Formats: sequence, C-alpha cells, structure tokens
Amino acid sequence: MKLNTPTSPHIHADISIRKMMSRVLIALVPAVITYTWFFGWGLLINMGIGIATALVCEFLMLKARKRPVHQFITDGSVLVTAALLAFCIPPLAPWWLMVIGVSFSVIVAKHLYGGLGYNPFNPAMVGYVMLLISFPKDMTVWLPPFILSELNFSFLDTLSAIFMGAFPLGFTLDALTAVTFLDLIKTQLNIDVTVAETKNTHAIFGDFGGIGWEWIGNWIFLGGVWLIYKKVISWHIPVAVLGSMFTIALIFYLKDPDHYASPMFHVFSGAAMLGAFFIATDPVSAATTTMGRVIYGIGIGILTYVIRVWGGYPDGIAFAVLLMNLAAPTIDYYTQPRVYGHKRNEP
Amino acid sequence: MMRRLFNFSGGVRLREHKRESTVSPVTRAQIPEKIILPLHQHIGTPARPVVNVGDRVLKGQIIAKAGNNVSAPIHASTSGTITAIEDCAIPHPSGLPAPCIIIETDGRDEAVSHYGQSRDYHSLTAEQLRDEIKQAGIVGLGGAGFPSYLKLENKDHKITTLILNGVECEPYITCDQMLMRNHAIDIVNGLKIMQQALEIDHCIIAIENNKPKELELMQEAIYEAEADHIELVQVPTVYPAGGEKQLIQMLTGKEVPSQGLPMDIGIVCHNVGTAYAVTRAIEHNEPLISRYITVAGSVAKAKVLEVLIGTPVSHLIEECGGNRKTLSRVIMGGPMMGFALHDDEVPVVKTTNCILVNSVISDVPLPSRSNAAMPCIRCGACAEACPANLLPQQLYWYARAKDFDKVQDYNLFDCIECGCCDYVCPSQIPLVQYYRYAKSTIWQQEKEKVLSDISRQRHEFHNLRIEREKKEREQRHKQKRKAVAKTSSQDDKKAAIQAAMERVRKKRDQEHVQPKNIDDLTEQQRKLIEEVEARRKNKLEDL
Repeated sequence: MKLNTPTSPHIHADISIRKMMSRVLIALVPAVITYTWFFGWGLLINMGIGIATALVCEFLMLKARKRPVHQFITDGSVLVTAALLAFCIPPLAPWWLMVIGVSFSVIVAKHLYGGLGYNPFNPAMVGYVMLLISFPKDMTVWLPPFILSELNFSFLDTLSAIFMGAFPLGFTLDALTAVTFLDLIKTQLNIDVTVAETKNTHAIFGDFGGIGWEWIGNWIFLGGVWLIYKKVISWHIPVAVLGSMFTIALIFYLKDPDHYASPMFHVFSGAAMLGAFFIATDPVSAATTTMGRVIYGIGIGILTYVIRVWGGYPDGIAFAVLLMNLAAPTIDYYTQPRVYGHKRNEP
Repeated sequence: MMRRLFNFSGGVRLREHKRESTVSPVTRAQIPEKIILPLHQHIGTPARPVVNVGDRVLKGQIIAKAGNNVSAPIHASTSGTITAIEDCAIPHPSGLPAPCIIIETDGRDEAVSHYGQSRDYHSLTAEQLRDEIKQAGIVGLGGAGFPSYLKLENKDHKITTLILNGVECEPYITCDQMLMRNHAIDIVNGLKIMQQALEIDHCIIAIENNKPKELELMQEAIYEAEADHIELVQVPTVYPAGGEKQLIQMLTGKEVPSQGLPMDIGIVCHNVGTAYAVTRAIEHNEPLISRYITVAGSVAKAKVLEVLIGTPVSHLIEECGGNRKTLSRVIMGGPMMGFALHDDEVPVVKTTNCILVNSVISDVPLPSRSNAAMPCIRCGACAEACPANLLPQQLYWYARAKDFDKVQDYNLFDCIECGCCDYVCPSQIPLVQYYRYAKSTIWQQEKEKVLSDISRQRHEFHNLRIEREKKEREQRHKQKRKAVAKTSSQDDKKAAIQAAMERVRKKRDQEHVQPKNIDDLTEQQRKLIEEVEARRKNKLEDL
C-alpha cells in the first residue's frame, strides 16, 4: 500500500493569493459606489476596460513566459492593478488611456520586471506615472461632483464620451471639467491667494477635502480598516503614511496657515487614502519587516507632501510610492528584527 | 499567586480538534501479535541488543542496553519470543529501515519478578535516582526523545527552575491531556522525584487554558501531594506555546540563547508524560514499556489508548475502527510538526504521541496546502507568525537560490520548524521543506568540509615529509661528498683500495669454508649424500 508522504505542516490556513486579492477588490466596492454616485458611470466603464485589457495582457504574457496560465490568471492580481489604475484616471478619459496604462502596467511593470512576486515597483503606479508624463492633458480633466447627474448625462452618453470622444449636443469636455482642489490651491498660491480665500471662493471644497472626494476617502478608509481586520494588510504602512503626512502638514500649517493647507485637507485629498491603504500596501513592492514598513510608510507620507507642496505635480502619492519601492529592499535589510535568543541585530 | 506571563512573538491560532478523542475514556490497546522495537528510539547512540533470536523474554526485561554516552536501554513490552533482530521499517521521515528487535508475543504478558514492586524513593540519592531513570529507558516523551537522566543532572547547581510542560499545543494531540486527567497525582509525584534528582526548589507546571478540567485536577493533585511549592500556571492557547523555547519565554520572559540550551539560563523542561514515566519507574519499578497515544482523524472512534511501545500503527488504526484499505496518509505526531509515515506497519516508539489518520474518503479532511505553489509575494505573513522572530521570506529566498551563506546570515539554524510560516503563507509555499533542505545541505557540506580538511591536512603533511626527506638526503650527500673530498691524497686512496680488496678477499675465503648444514647428520646419511653427489658428477661429465 502506498501512503502519501507530504512534509509537515499537514494543515494550512484558509488563505491564498486569490483570496487576498478578492478581499482587496471587495474592500474597494463601497468607494466605487460612492465614486459613481458623485462622478457618474465613468469609473465603472474604465474599470471594465481596464480589467479586460489586464486579462488579455496577462494571458499573453503568461503564454510568452510559459507559465501555467490558469493558475496565475485566476490569482486576481491583475484585477487589482486594473481597478486601482481606474481609480487614478479621470472618469471621462478616452478609452485608449486605460488600455495603454493597463497594458504598460501588466506587460512592462509586472511581467517584464519579473512577474508576480518579483516586480520591484507597484505596477498600477508605474502605469499611472507613465500616463501622467505622456498624456498630461488627458490625465487632468477631472469633473466637479454631481455635474453629470445634474446634466442628466446617461450611461450611454458616458460610453460614447469615453469610446468616441463624442458628447451630447451642447456639451464639451472642457465645459464639464474643473480643476481639482489640489491643483487649484497650488495655482492660487502661486498668485498669492491664501488657502482660506481659495476655499471660500470655490464651491468644490467640502469639510476637509473636495466635495465628494472626502466621502470616497471615508469609504476607502473603512475598506482599508476591513482589510487590516481581515489581515490582508498590516496597519503599519497606512498609519505611517497618513500619520507622517498629517504631522508634516500640521507643522507647516501651524507655522503659516495662509500658505499651507490643513493636515486634514492633505489626508483627505487626492489619492492619500487610496495610496495609504491600497497602493503603498502592495506586498510585493513594499517593505516587509515591521520596522521597515513604518519607515517605508513615513517616507511615502513625507515625499507625498513635499511633491504636493513644492513639486511640479498636484499629487505625489504615485511618485512617493515608486521612490520608496526602490528603497524597500535596503530598508528591509537594515530593519531585521532581533531573532529569538540573539542579543542584538547583526545585519 | 499569579505569575505574570510574557508574550512570545508570532504564533498562530489553530482549530483544536481535541474533543473527538477526549470524550471516551482511555483504554488499554490489545497486545499485538508482533512487537517491533527499534534500537534507536531516542537522541544519541542506538541501544545494543543483549538477547538472541529464539530467546524468551519477559515484560520489563532489558533486551537492549544503552550504548555509549547519550543513550537509553530498551525493554520488552510484553512476554514472548525474539523472532528476529534485523532491519525493519521504522517511523522516520526518511522511510529508511533500521535495526529492530522483533518479539512474537505469547499473550500471557508475564513480567520479570521485580516488575511493579512498590518502593520508597525518598531515601535514594540524586545519583541513584538518575541511574534508575536511566535504567528504566526513560526519554523525553514530548517528542524529542532526549534521554531524561541527562536533563536531571544539576552540574554546579546551575539549574534553578524545573518546568513541566503540559501545554500540548498541537491540534488533535490529547495524550498529555488525558494523562493529566487520569494520573494527575502520579505526574505531581514524578515532578517531585525530578526535583529531588535536580536538588532544586522551584517548579512550574504549565497547562494551556483550553484544558480547565485538567488544570483543576492538577491543582487538587498538588494539594494532595502536599507540594504547594509547585506553581501551576495557565498559558494562552496559541500554537506553539508548548515549544520549549516559547514556553520558557512566556513563563520567565527569558530567551534560550541561540545555539544554547535552557540549562544555560538555569531552566530545564520536562514533559508531563516523562514525569508520569518517572513515577512508574521509581515508585513502581516499571520501565518505560507503554505510553498514552492519541489515535484521531479518519477513524470510527477517535480516542487515547495506552499502547505498548513497539505496537504496529496498523494495529491501532484497526482498533479505533479505521479502514486500512482506504488510508491516504498517516501522520505520526501532530498536523503541524508530525511526519507522514511511508508504511502503516511501522511500530509506535517512545516518542510517539499521536497517530493522525487520513483516508481517501475522509470524514476529517485536513486542509492541506495546494501542490501548485505561487511565487512569494513578500506579504510578510510568515514573519508575523514566526515565533523565533525570523524573516521566513528571506530564508525562503536564499534557500531557493541555494545561497547557503546568506541563509545562515538570516539565522536559519534558529528555526524550530514549527510550521507557522508555512501554515499562513497565501502563496502556499512549502516553506519548512525549504528550510529542512537548506539545513541538511549545510550539514552535509560541513561534514564534507571536515573530511576534506582531514585529507588536505594529510596531503600537506605528506608533502612536508617528502620535502624533509629530500632535504635530509641532500644533507647526507653533501656530508659524504665532503668526507670524500677530505681523503683525496694518493696514499689514502691506495690504502682505501687495499682495504677494500682485503675485505673482498676475506669475504671470498669465508664463502669457501662455508659450512654445509650436514654436520649433524648420521654416517649413513652422509654416505648416501656422497653417493648422490658422485652420481650427479658423473652425469655432468657424461654430458
């Protein structure tokens, strides 16, 4: 009689990459609904385009790299990449923007950089930065909240806007869009308008960040907390990112509230929440030691603030994440925990 | 008195599966037809057989003596006839056979005369106790199998604390729990004997908080034994709280130094099963020939059995209503650290605590990791679960890359192979297997290095000797030449030639008068010889 002789341990927790990725996607659902509520169908359509592109690219790359297609394509990692990238793209952006971005993420940033588990950079952020640098105009046409629902912009109208660049009679893209608040504050500061004045004179500001955006931020926050609860991510990175961003913003805000936005504004604006909970926590490209995660998160928080306030781009999460991705292996090396029975760290 | 507990890092919470085998009382397993006793059931050198094939042996009789140094003797578990002393399949991960003594049992279970005789141990010295424990063949019954008498010696009074481990943190395993339920008083007495052997005052018994009933029974036993100096501590149910290093850390906040022993920090740990065996041996003169074993998994009736050491696993599976025809995997030990048997005919040994049965048509499925591992995504779940605070993802990375220097830099040898990292890995990578592979390869390399060092030394010595001899030869030649050069005058030469010629002549003369070995012969014999010689001369002349 032949008995199976696998090696110990003989039991396994009910966890897999597929399960982790599905949980990330589930955690995004409330934010997606809120986003759609405020800004129309664009996000969902972009996600559809992104996911389709991602699956095709993943399939081709797995074939080319002779990897078991079914095992890898069902792990869900490309779905997360596509979903996150869709969040970073303006809702009425032309379809090819998403196609190019996702293709670049999956083909170059994921597979050519080593494939699942080996890619040094967050693929979604590489795709986003590539789009931002290559197509700055298309990447910055953001909508004010509720404008589409106020104008009765239907799902079909959105589809034709995205796929054919065709708008219903009487609309143009330029007429619909508005600058984002991060952009606005920056440009206004350049012409010596204080933060408070900008906020008072423009209707797109809510309590902390922009109207609509802060609600999306809330839901992303709750989704992130759920991921921590489910142990998909650890709390260290989000807390470090938001904490350091808040702290540095607070220091400058207290010093000069006219020229520096409030810490709450920074934490609730742009991609800060999404970045802290969903992007910086990408396990493959982040630091893995506990101490390392804290340092990595602080780095992202501070770099984001620096890029937002003194850099050339309105938001800096993507750049900050990529810069810290590069530092992650070194951070890990120098933050090894003290092993049981050893006196101190000897890296 | 409440002891402040410390945390160990990492660990995982597992489903216990302990209820199934603890609802029914412990029973004695039937005596099998055949008892197989491996000579090597402990850490150290194997025991040496002292019986021959055909001998009749009695229960409790020593059939193999302890080898040199670290070792333990082996006793016949029941009466019967020795049918073979040969290589048999033994419970070992490798599945390789090893020397065993095989007893065909006679069912009479006759014991040696002194077996089971009660006696008072209080008058025995520490040295005598240790010797008795050694002679009883007692080894660490928690799983490691280190001969216990060695851990009851308190050299220089370095040891101050004795910890009795009743934690039993692995799922399914319940033998220690049932032992505490049935024999709490014997365990406490065993602890007192151990304490006497160690000559110390401080004892702790640790029990997981998922065994409240046993905790209470142990508390009562402590009162009954008037041993209230013994501290009974409840520890949280987290795997691997029963690991020696983790238990010490939890109870004392101290860490066993890397590559060191608990003894180095004044602590020694024994298992509750070992304490029970000590009582049986010292108070009742019963050597270690049976133990409690949990049989669980895909069997009709999961339970704890009192089993004779050497009983084939298949016998136990059948006794608990398992179907041997549908077995898919049989694990000896727990699901986290146990190993899968190659064959269910192997015997249970002193260190066997659990037989976990898995069948093709399993009622108790063990959710195993899938065969198709995904790449490591560096999520760090393993590092969070590691009780040794290692970075399993880095160990995996370097073990896979066969970078054995790096893997040691990341302290591979501090890994206790508890399996926590493997258990939580979302990529379902067989991490522990990689570490075992790396460890054994490094050991192999070190062994080879020692051998090659020896041969290199030999080679170097050889070269050195050749060199030295060459030099010496040259030296001799030089001196000779010098000597010759000194005596180079004509007269001397002539004299030397004369002397040489003289020597030659002398030698030749000597040859001429060389005595034949016929001096002692009789007249008749001599005559015969002369005749022969003459005949031969004539023949030569004829030619």
